[in-house]
Amino acid sequence: MSPTLTDASPVMTDPSDGLKVMEARGSVAETFGIPLAVLAELTHRCPLQCPYCSNPVELDRAGSELTTDEWKEVLSELAEIGVLQIHFSGGEPTARKDLVELVRHATEVGLYSNLITSAVLLTRDKLQALRDAGLCHVQISFQGNEPLVADRVAGLKNSHQKKLEAARWTRELDLPLTVNAVMHRQNLHQLADVIQMAVDLDADRLEVANVQYYGWALKNRAALMPTLAQIEETSRIVEEAQARLKGVLAIDYVVPDYFALRPKKCMGGWGRQFFNISPSGKILPCHAAETITGLDFLSVRSNHSIAWIWQNSEAFNRYRGTGWMPEPCRSCDFKEIDFGGCRCQAFALTGDAGNTDPACALSPLHEQIFKVAEAESASGEHCFIYRNFAGGTPEADGHGA
Amino acid sequence: MASRNISVSEASRPILPRHARLKFDQTRQLWVILAPERVLAPDETAVEILQLCDGARSVAEIVDQLAAKYTAERAAIGADVVAMLQDLADKGFLTEAREKTP
Repeated sequence: MSPTLTDASPVMTDPSDGLKVMEARGSVAETFGIPLAVLAELTHRCPLQCPYCSNPVELDRAGSELTTDEWKEVLSELAEIGVLQIHFSGGEPTARKDLVELVRHATEVGLYSNLITSAVLLTRDKLQALRDAGLCHVQISFQGNEPLVADRVAGLKNSHQKKLEAARWTRELDLPLTVNAVMHRQNLHQLADVIQMAVDLDADRLEVANVQYYGWALKNRAALMPTLAQIEETSRIVEEAQARLKGVLAIDYVVPDYFALRPKKCMGGWGRQFFNISPSGKILPCHAAETITGLDFLSVRSNHSIAWIWQNSEAFNRYRGTGWMPEPCRSCDFKEIDFGGCRCQAFALTGDAGNTDPACALSPLHEQIFKVAEAESASGEHCFIYRNFAGGTPEADGHGA
Repeated sequence: MASRNISVSEASRPILPRHARLKFDQTRQLWVILAPERVLAPDETAVEILQLCDGARSVAEIVDQLAAKYTAERAAIGADVVAMLQDLADKGFLTEAREKTP
């Protein structure tokens, strides 16, 4: 006997061979095994205005959001077809008054639930109610390690203080905590302190995520793009901390692909192991997919099942696998490794989602894109364009919203 | 912090923490451990061990039980069990039952 544990991580981290084991078992969606985890974006409403928000620039209005009953049906259907984990996200999921009810329903149908939150709307009682409803894990975003930078990036006064408070309640209630820190040129100097903050908060896990540049972040790229020197320092700090904090704090690191030679295996490949559901019920291959025009994303409100949409819809099949690839991807040895990178980034930077992601050194646009990034990182641009329903509001003077 | 970074020995009384759930996945017909951003697929032997990790049994008792069941050499089983549990602990998916004050 020699017991083994195969890592079958579905999202955010690099999927290992373990996933293949699980995908091979099949599911209702025979061809492309249903994802292990799904992201439910309950709403686009949010009290924060972070300039790198991963929501689309065209936000779903409150009136178009799925109702409580619709979400419950979705959760039941997901559990039935073999999804194991549900990430409640947004916008700010706690802006939904029915969140406790939805978490309870997820628990009842056997889903492992995770709350991805800015935490500023949480109270201790609310958190307790979520815990009692079966919530398994809490992830809180931080914009820095102290209020001066953090509140400015969030575009909300006192937000940092509220987050610290909510993080403490999370651990007091014995809920596991992940700290998510989105890093960019204007807060990377705080990285070592952010790591220490996560340790002090007794977090189990820290995600150090460099901004990915589509949608809102693309609008703010000049103000956010890190310098090459910062990236090198970041990698050094993360590696040192990972070794030092082994068994205390797990650190996942998302590198900025503008500075890489190989593109990221975005979403583990389009339509391969992940989907998310937008506030209005659209099933999307990634949370930025709606930035790509010309694709018709079907909704849970259509007359198709979720499994059918995942398996058969045109939008999911358009960039699935390797058959769609042009050169230089088609003849590339890495095509099954990175699946051509990120479709949203290819669309944003080349105007065609079917092109090779310019993050790849083999893309004819790579050098040009890298030069733009380098120039922007040195531009000294300071002011943000804040994320909101009005299409964005420029920061007045570099001193917050 | 006391529950983190545990060193598994035969005296440990391990248990899965709240955020790690051992569950049989009906769709894929296999056991899984659900954890934040992770799904682990333990093999049959690992599942058998984890089902014995109830925070009451010590690792020594678990090893005794398995050695008797499989009439296998206790030392070999002991080493395998400790290594597997330590691996899980290092990943943050195993904790120790709090010692009762004597």
